Amino acid sequence: MNAPISAALAAKDFKSDTKPVWCPGCGDYGVLTSLARALADLGLRPEATAIISGIGCSSRIPAYTTCYGFHGVHGRALPVATGLKVSRPDLTVIAAGGDGDGYSIGGNHFLHACRRNVDLTYIVMDNHVYGMTKGQASPTTEPDWDNALMPGGSGLRPFQPLVIALASGANFVARAFSGDIIGTAAIIAQAIQAPGFSFVELLSPCVTFRPEQRAWKELVRPSPVPPTDDPARAARRIMTDDGFNIGVLYAGRRKPYQPEIGRARKPLADLARGFEL
Amino acid sequence: MTPEPAIASRADLLACAHAMEVEAAERYEEFAAQMRQHGNLEIAALFGKLAAIERKHAEALAADLKRGGHALGARPALAVPGQEGLETASGDALHYLMTPMHALAIALANEQRAFEFFADLAERPLPAELRRLASEFAAEERAHVALVREWLARLPKAAEDWDYDPDEPTMPD
Repeated sequence: MNAPISAALAAKDFKSDTKPVWCPGCGDYGVLTSLARALADLGLRPEATAIISGIGCSSRIPAYTTCYGFHGVHGRALPVATGLKVSRPDLTVIAAGGDGDGYSIGGNHFLHACRRNVDLTYIVMDNHVYGMTKGQASPTTEPDWDNALMPGGSGLRPFQPLVIALASGANFVARAFSGDIIGTAAIIAQAIQAPGFSFVELLSPCVTFRPEQRAWKELVRPSPVPPTDDPARAARRIMTDDGFNIGVLYAGRRKPYQPEIGRARKPLADLARGFEL
Repeated sequence: MTPEPAIASRADLLACAHAMEVEAAERYEEFAAQMRQHGNLEIAALFGKLAAIERKHAEALAADLKRGGHALGARPALAVPGQEGLETASGDALHYLMTPMHALAIALANEQRAFEFFADLAERPLPAELRRLASEFAAEERAHVALVREWLARLPKAAEDWDYDPDEPTMPD
């Protein structure tokens, strides 16, 4: 997280004039509001914050903020965000996207971003469906989700992003719900402040292709236990809950990866000698 | 999700009420923008009107706070699961084809929740001045409930197939 500067801004100052084209009722509106509120609450500045995304409905989010943004290549938000943070450690870097973008197309990058533990925040708006391409099963879709494209369901075991993040080395793991705007803003703020790679799995209903997800607001509840710094314990808890415990679930102590930049490891003359014919 | 605020003074209660009204206004403005974006201009205008009403309430409370020399509440510290504020609807209540009846049903639920909150507060073991103020707020919210009910009664009922879209955004067959 970059250092706050005086004259804090309000949440509305982090929202751009570009109005979202998400479907009315989409959970991503709540995520945008929570994100703007978290940035304001932390006293950050749009010009010192960058939001990097991939492709998908939720990946439109950078355009709806006044922060610097990069709407990148499908599944590649994390490599871009990693590169940016390593080269500009003064910036607050947030990667954002959906479950298809992050866990399928970008699945490999997800593992290695957790492992590298660069000081950035990754927000995944998980609606268990590919919404932008009109309703295909995503990595987190339930195996028995019956639909016209996959009658009877995919039959595939859903991806467990939080446990995989823990096993891969993420330093902060949380679950949030888009309808809980205040709680989500607080979780995002904690994720930004936490050192290292912070991962927020954000349940964000797709009311168009998964209208039954409106019931999520009845199912979510605060996690009954405080966060642990033991990844094995956190993983056990997550694997035995029903997926609706909300809150910070793990806060680790790994040192973030931040290579020294701006200083050559060897004098340039030494490097040049290596290329002499 | 978020614990209820501790209300120990007149300023706390005014700040809480102010924050609720600000939240409600902001949310209606967001709803209006969503509807405008999706071409449902009638509902956009209706949400815009509701936002303006809430803004007026917020301004009146802000003036009360200022007169008492109190700072404005930043954000409401109260919420119920799935919602951020007691006078604020959850975003998933919207549909791009919704009718005025649906929009006002949202407003009615919001006003009803606010009424219940203040009515409950007025019954708590608080100093008499706070209970009196909570009762006043409850009475105001009850009047809003009655007003919205009146508006609703004047509206035609939504057609059964109000959400029918011959070109719906669904998956390819």
